[in-house]
Parts: sequence; C-alpha cells; structure tokens
Amino acid sequence: MATITLRSIAQPELCIDCYAISPDAMAGKTAAEIADLDVWEGKIKTPLGDFFEISGTAGATPAETDIVVEGDTSRAKYIGYKMTAGSVTVNGNADMYLGGWMKGGTIHVKGDVDSFCGIQMEGGEILVDGRAQNHVGCSYRGDWRGMRGGIIRIRGDAGNDIGTFMIGGTIVIEGNAFIHVSTHAEGGTVIVKGDVQGRVGGQMVKGDIYVLGAIQHMLPGFKKVETVEREVDGQSYRLDHYVGDLGERHPTSKGQEVYGHLYVPTA
Amino acid sequence: MAELLIRNGSVFDPSRGINGDVMDVAIRDGRIVESVGSAAKVIDATGKTVMAGGVDVHSHVAGPKVNAGRTMRPEDKLFKSPMASAGNRMEMGFSIPSTFKTGYDYARMGYAFVMEAAMPPLHSAHVHEEIHDTPIIDEAALPVFANNWFVMEYLKRGEIENAAAYTAWILNATKGYGIKAVNPGGTEAWGWGLNCLTLDDQVPFFQITPKEIISGLIKTNEYLGLPHSLHLHQNDLGNPGNFRTTIDSLRLAEGITATNKFGREQVLHSTHLQFHSYGGDNWGNFESKAREVANYVNGQKNITFDLGCVTLDETTTMTADGPFEHHLNSLNHLKWTNVDVEVETAAGVVPYIYSPKIKVCGIQWAIGLELALLCTDLNRCFVTTDHPNAGPFTRYPRIYSWLMSQKYRQATLDSFKHSAKVVDATEIASLDRELSLYEIAQMTRSGPAKALGLGNLYGGLSPGMDGNVVVYDLDPAALPSDPEVLEAAFQRASWFVKTGEIVVKDGEIMGHGNKRTLWVNAKVPENPQVRRDVHDKFLKDYTVGLDTYHVRDYLLPNPYVIEVDMEA
Repeated sequence: MATITLRSIAQPELCIDCYAISPDAMAGKTAAEIADLDVWEGKIKTPLGDFFEISGTAGATPAETDIVVEGDTSRAKYIGYKMTAGSVTVNGNADMYLGGWMKGGTIHVKGDVDSFCGIQMEGGEILVDGRAQNHVGCSYRGDWRGMRGGIIRIRGDAGNDIGTFMIGGTIVIEGNAFIHVSTHAEGGTVIVKGDVQGRVGGQMVKGDIYVLGAIQHMLPGFKKVETVEREVDGQSYRLDHYVGDLGERHPTSKGQEVYGHLYVPTA
Repeated sequence: MAELLIRNGSVFDPSRGINGDVMDVAIRDGRIVESVGSAAKVIDATGKTVMAGGVDVHSHVAGPKVNAGRTMRPEDKLFKSPMASAGNRMEMGFSIPSTFKTGYDYARMGYAFVMEAAMPPLHSAHVHEEIHDTPIIDEAALPVFANNWFVMEYLKRGEIENAAAYTAWILNATKGYGIKAVNPGGTEAWGWGLNCLTLDDQVPFFQITPKEIISGLIKTNEYLGLPHSLHLHQNDLGNPGNFRTTIDSLRLAEGITATNKFGREQVLHSTHLQFHSYGGDNWGNFESKAREVANYVNGQKNITFDLGCVTLDETTTMTADGPFEHHLNSLNHLKWTNVDVEVETAAGVVPYIYSPKIKVCGIQWAIGLELALLCTDLNRCFVTTDHPNAGPFTRYPRIYSWLMSQKYRQATLDSFKHSAKVVDATEIASLDRELSLYEIAQMTRSGPAKALGLGNLYGGLSPGMDGNVVVYDLDPAALPSDPEVLEAAFQRASWFVKTGEIVVKDGEIMGHGNKRTLWVNAKVPENPQVRRDVHDKFLKDYTVGLDTYHVRDYLLPNPYVIEVDMEA
C-alpha cells in the first residue's frame, strides 16, 4: 500500500469539482503528475496542485492507493467519485457528491459532508463521523435507479431524502433524520437510530426501513402486521412490523405480493 | 463568390442514377454548379464516399413534447454532457438532446434537412423557437390534424373544400409544412378515456371513424396539391396483431393519384412502420408481420414509408398518441407525462428501455430491419428511428451498418438473451440481403427529398440544387469489414458542406451554418364559412384569442416559403 497526502493550501472562489481525488485517478502516478490532474472551478480548469500540496506516492493500482486529505476541504466536491478500490480519508469536511457513483473501496470523512453523499453508489463503504446534509445514498434527480449496493454510515444527523429510489445496499444514520426516507425504494435497507419527522417509505415498493427512535408523523399507507424481535446493527430490539406503501403498485414474486417493510420500536 | 470543389470522390447520387462514379462536385454561392474556377477551395475526396446532405423525413426534435421529455428526464443528460469545445455551444443529453446537440449531431452525420414530425398547432410558436435554436440543419414542422375538432366536423360532412381552406389557414398560422395525422380519432377519444384501435371505431361525440378521417385528409392534401402527402401514424400503434389495421389503413390510398407540381408521387406516407407490423395476439406469441406489410407496400407505388428502427437503447418515447403512452406506462411503470392540447390534439411522454434481454425488443429490432430488407423499391423506404421513440437519431449509422452487413445483424442477434425465440418470431436470420451505399443514399437522400416534394433542393447533386455535400471516410472499393468502423465513418463525416459553407471537418463542428425554416404557404379561394367557423371556435372553445394564435415572423428569421396556389 502507498499513501498520497493532499494538504489544502488555497480556497477556491467557487466550489471545486475534484473528480481527480480518487484512487482510480491517482493510481500509478507520481506526486508531480497528480498535481497536474484537473480540477474544475465552474467552467475553469485548474491543476489540482493549485489547491493542494501533494506528497507521498500513489500505488500501482487503485486497490494499493490510500489517499489522505488534510485541511479545509468543505468546498471540495466529488471526492471519491466513481472510485472502485483503495481508500480516501478526509480529515476535515467534504462538500457535495462525496463517493458519488462509487463501486468499491472505502471513504472515511472525519468531519461533516454536504448533500448527495453516496449518490447512486454501487459498492464500497462510506463512513462519516459528523453530519450529512440531504440526499444521502439517493438517486440522481429524475433517475429511477438509486443506490445499488455498499454501505453508508453517518454517525451524526442527516437531512431529507435518504435512499430515494434505493435498490440495494445499506444506509445507517446514527443520529436523527428530517423527512423522506426510502421514497420510491425497490430494495435496500435504511436504519435511522434517532428520530424521523415523517414521510418514511412514501411510494416504497420493496426494501426495509428501521427507525429506532420515533416517527413523528407516520404515513397512512403503512399497515402493522406483527411484532418481532430483531437484531439491528448489533443490538436487539422489539419492533412493530409495518408493510407498505399500500398506495403503490406492488409486484408479486412466487405468488406473494412484495411490500416494503418498516420497523419501529414497540411502544 | 465563394467557390468550393469536392474533388475525386466516389459519388452516390440516386436522383441521377450515379452509383459510385469518381467525379468532382462544384459549389458556388451555396448551390451546386457544373464547374468552378481555379481559385475555388478544394476538398480532396479521393478514395472517399460523397453524397448529398441527408434528409430526415420524421424526427421529434423540437417543441413542447420534446421539452416535456427533457424536463422529465434530467438523468438523460447525466455523464452525456461534455464540456463545450471552443467556439461551440455545450451539448447535452442522449435521447432528448439539447437543440444545439441536435443540430451538431445531425451535421456530423451529414444531414441537411430534418422534418419535425408533430407540431401541436396551439404550441407552434414553441416549436419554431426551438427550431430557431437548432443550428446548421434546415427544418420544417408538420402540424397535427387528425384529432382536430374543425377537421373532424368538416370531414364528417364530407366538406373537403372547407377542410382544405382550414388546412391552408393552419399552415399559414403555424408556419407548418404539411398534414400530419397521429392515431386518427384515437387521441380525441382519449379525452373520454377511450381509443380508436380499428378503422371503424367511432370517435365519441364527433361520430366519425378513423377511416373517414384518413380518407378525408388524403383527399384534402391532394385537393390542395401540397408538396408532401398525408403523413400518417396509423391507429393501434405498438400492439400485437396490429398489421391488419395497418394494411387496412394503407388500402385507403388505393386508386388515388398524386396531384402536385413538386415531383411527389405518393399520396400517403406511412411513418415508423416497424411499430405497425406486429403479429400475434399477445406479448407471448408476438411476431413479425414485416413480410405481409412489405408485400402490400411493394405493390402500391403511391405509398412511401419510413422504418422507425428499434436501436436497443434506453430512450424516451413521445407522441401525440396519448392513449398509447398511457398503455406503455402501464407496461413499464416508469415516468409518464400526459398533456391535452385544447381543440387540437394531445401528447404523452414515457421513458423506455429497449433491452437486448427482452424477447419483444429483439423482435421489434428485427422488424425494422426486415421492412427495409424486404422492400423492392428503396426510393420509397426511408431510414428513421422515429427519434426518439425507437431510438435516438444518432444511431442512424448503426442502422446503415446493420442493413449493409448480414454478419453484423447475426452478431447482434446472437447477443440477445432470447435469440432463438427472436429467430422463431422473425425472418431476420434468413435474410442475406446486404444494402449498398447507393441504396443507403436512396433511403436517406433522394427518396425522402422526393417524398417531401423537395427533390429540387435536397437529396441530390444536380446543378442548381442546394450545395449540401457530405464526404465520408469510406472507400467504396474497400468497405471496412468491421461494422464499428463503418458506423464511425457515417457518424462523423470527414467533411460536411451545408449550402456552400464547411460546417464539419473530421467530425468536428466548424460553423453554425445558415439554418433555414421551410414552410408551405397554400393559397385557397376566400372561404367565408371557414373564416366564420375559426372566429366562432376561438370565441367558444379556445382559451386563447385568435389575435394571439399566429406564429410571429421574428421566430423564422431565415424562412424559405414554398408557395402553393390552387387558383394559379
């Protein structure tokens, strides 16, 4: 394994699109070559080296490349974009689209992330120690094919539209979430350990949602079917099991109608 | 005195029967001429294929339903919108490209003229705004008539003269080109939640049948003597077993002769015939009836058609056939837009994925190609994808490659998940015909230009015609055996000269050309009844006023008006 370190040395006037901060873009390159990779500030193309001091070496392949990002990167978008292997560690905050469309590898952000973290992710792991803004693990706007696989774990709170159009994979929000969880989902699992204000599982066809705190406003399209004992993220809970969204079309599989499943703690 | 000489190319010009002869093409001031002086700029086309600019007879590239598709599908642009190259505009989207990408991509393929295939008259200003924003290519638009309340009332009473006067008024008001019919009567029936699936289904309230509407519109068109014929999207599109309705519709042209002074011979253009050549009675026994439909069309000299080839892509369907889009949405459960256009028409938009893993999609792919391979007169058979309904227009080069290479068709067939079932339900595997460059030029140049009544401007390289010349990097003596190389050569022309100006070089856009909008100004005798009917309907049924209905001249800054004078 080889480690490449990026230290933020200048702040952009706008946000910067850092498609280059991924093991796939850096593998097999020297520090000087990496400094020459493109960063977009609006429509202006700038070398990565104008914003970051780069040291260390990249591995021969993405899997052998660890990237460490130091300093204030709260306006650096698209870190880990489309990465397939290796790792990225961000010691501060990251802007929008962190780990967007990623297929493998790991990303660890020690601060907060902005919106669209893990958008349309297919595999790999994202860990955020702080909070996330909106659209964690959602689909691209308009697309009906959301997150397919991988794990996103947000240790703090998250905003709205979590796991929209999710097909597979797991999202864990350890804090609270605002509204719209697993809207239109056709698979996958979302676990919110704190509270959610409402609109949980709207138009959901398939998939699982666990809200281990309270749902302030439950959607009327969900029906309670049983009470179960279930281990969720390493802890045991007694949960009410709801199916829904009953207002939505539900396909049949092996003679059984397929529903979305929502679990909330038994009162 | 801008002069150009395209030297030493292998020229394919079916309008004059020129089949690969090595010759020069000269252009002066935007037109083809016999010869130019020694100071002319020379393009060396040695060992390359030279054709006239392409003509697309049917494509949905401008207007409210295209824009509804763009609005509804931002994901169509994802990863498909590269940064603009210097001097050019940004290009966005795939199946519903931005106006600039539309113009650029047609130009890269060497197309000079594109017909917007369905213009809702009420929204014609929007259509012309987008046409105006689409660079390089010349365009025109066909207003839709077959679900229009005026038209149904006149035709029910057999008043061809009044229908003609109304048509002429609409062409003038909307700056339209000809008569388009979409699912005659069916789209109006959709207002009642119904459809017209056979030619004898009555339209609710109007008490007229699709048969009467189609026959009436053919008569109206020939009464006016318009440059193009009736352009028909038949009833029962996309359903198993619809080939009977299709042939019944085509029969309505029997015995009618074209009346016009534009060189057009057909009285009916049947569009995206692939969608109308289906057998079986459900999706399980769905099969190709391309042979039956092609046999009928081959024997009818007064019919032309375009293919509507399925290209096996993720695309966006959009049509004024409102009930069909609802039906499609109930099959694929994706997004759906539905719009009613008061008094005149309706429209729907649904994304669709033609997947090589799905048997029906494979059969649809085969039917489009079969219709061309079974056709005995390719001057009456035109390449389209009904863009974007069966696939984006940017796949035309792939269609040429499929038509030109049996090996390529077989390779595609072999890649299907259910290839054996597709072979059983079609004839594609047994058709070994391979089309030539001359035949491709018939289907994309001389044929469609003649069918549109534009044979004097487009589709050929005779002196006096528009100086639209494309050079493809293809040596006819040694065509590449790799279909991808063939496709790439058609996708990005070496040179494209549009009305005398070099707009493409090595597949890159060099200029924005001098785009024109064509429309037909049909003059008919003063008709007080129609004038009164129009006035009354705008008071009673429209939510807009008559004084705001006309397309303003500034929307067509570079018009080309084709005058049709019945009284002359």
